[in-house]
Amino acid sequence: MNESLNHTLAVAKREWRSYFDSPVAYVFIIIFLMLTGFFTFSLSRFYEAGQADLSGFFMWHPWLYMILVPAVTMRLWSEERRSGTIELLLTVSITPLQALMGKFVAAWAFMLLALALTFTVPLTACYLGSPDMGATMAGYLGSGLLAGAYVAAGMFTSALTRNQVISFILAVVIGLFLILAGYPPVTDLLARWAPMWLVDGVASFSFMPHFEALQRGVIDLRDLAYFASVMVFMLFATQVVLKNKLGR
Amino acid sequence: MIEANGLVKDFGHRRAVDGVSFEVGKGTVLGFLGPNGAGKTTTIRMVAGFLPPTAGTVSVKGIDVAKDPVAAQKSIGYMPETTPLYEEMTVRSFLRFIAEVRGFSGAERESRVDRALERCFLQPVQNQTIDTLSKGYRQRTCLAQTLLHDPDILLLDEPTEGLDPNQKQVVRDMIREMAAERVIMLSTHVLEEVEAICTRAIIISAGKVVADDTPARLKTRSKKYNAVTLQAKGKDVVQTLEKLPDIGSVQSLEEGKIVVFPKAGKPIAAEILATAQRQKWTVDDLKVDDGRLDDVFRQITTTEDTRKEVA
Repeated sequence: MNESLNHTLAVAKREWRSYFDSPVAYVFIIIFLMLTGFFTFSLSRFYEAGQADLSGFFMWHPWLYMILVPAVTMRLWSEERRSGTIELLLTVSITPLQALMGKFVAAWAFMLLALALTFTVPLTACYLGSPDMGATMAGYLGSGLLAGAYVAAGMFTSALTRNQVISFILAVVIGLFLILAGYPPVTDLLARWAPMWLVDGVASFSFMPHFEALQRGVIDLRDLAYFASVMVFMLFATQVVLKNKLGR
Repeated sequence: MIEANGLVKDFGHRRAVDGVSFEVGKGTVLGFLGPNGAGKTTTIRMVAGFLPPTAGTVSVKGIDVAKDPVAAQKSIGYMPETTPLYEEMTVRSFLRFIAEVRGFSGAERESRVDRALERCFLQPVQNQTIDTLSKGYRQRTCLAQTLLHDPDILLLDEPTEGLDPNQKQVVRDMIREMAAERVIMLSTHVLEEVEAICTRAIIISAGKVVADDTPARLKTRSKKYNAVTLQAKGKDVVQTLEKLPDIGSVQSLEEGKIVVFPKAGKPIAAEILATAQRQKWTVDDLKVDDGRLDDVFRQITTTEDTRKEVA
């Protein structure tokens, strides 16, 4: 147990460092912060709204993650497979599960760091008025879980192919589906020919109701369980894909 | 310490390895030879626990590799053919990572990394990122990685591929030095290498073991083994030699040189000399061939291929 934890941590540390050894981390964080600022203050008209309310901040996160998280996750497995380092990684007494947990932890932690650096937005809100701190914290919790779900999905598509571009596009599509699954235009389209249970089933995959509930400050165990199950499912799928690709 | 039993590996409909069995004990440097695509890398990958065999088993120190790769890999150091490395890391941080994964931390980790750097002559580049290294340094970095946990078994897939002669010599010296307490299995298609460092050679062709012997004994299978090249002046040299009992065939080369092939590798030099004295030939030059591994290699692997094509 201890040993497998050490393996996971060693892999996570290496991945974490590789983000910062290249410009990827800095470019990513700067772009992420610029975009959150732009969306919150310009598009959502944070100042004009006259309310110290962070919904205009959080509402953009699913869309930002949709584009940006795949950029962080696309290389996790594609690059290992393209360069052959996967052969090294999986012959030094590491199991695929330990390796993928390590990568997941590193990428998620990186996203959480980027998210944490948006702290200036709630600070501004606090300066201007008194936002609901409970709702803000719950919103951050939701956004963090959302990021984890996207990371898991991105890692899954990264394991599918040794081509990073394909991995990126697939991850964006999965992200788009998980955002839009519950939107009326999509459900209406389905409802024309699919039975109701299928429409409801697809709609229930959506991130949005769960994320919105948390934004309002409602921490419901079912929403947490939803995010956890998306992550577990995607990690499991990644492991299946990896084992399959390696012929194990 | 390595025991392979009827290893088979299929990729789709193609059978890459077809019933390979062998057993290797301590102190052996096993050369794994074969033409490209013969199944060398696939076999080594199965021993290393990277690929599971389609059929058959392989065990190291009694541990079934397919059943428990993690435990088996603890006594294996494996250098893949393509020397994959994490390009953006420095040599030192890369070795540190592998040492960590191998379960070392703190001062122990650092001293192991230091020792591996020293053994592979990597200190001058230890703080360089790997993507700036030359091929020779990359190769040695990958080799250093295999030594961190002092494994009993080293699996080296083409360890000297793409190196210049000096670098090859360095790597070979390192391998020879490490051999005594270990099993080293290396694949190569450089035959001089097998002669230089291996104590045993297995030749595989089309996924099957076609020869398994010491390099010296393999050489005796060469058509040229004990063949005599001589330069002699005198009457009816070729005709006289052809009539001698142990001689298979005589071939004339340019400038009066003659190559005499024996029957079934028998030593014929003494007989030729005696005949020359009796016939009063003047012998300017006489050389006995001790056989050539690349001939044997070609003999064995091409017949094998042709046989397959006919069938």
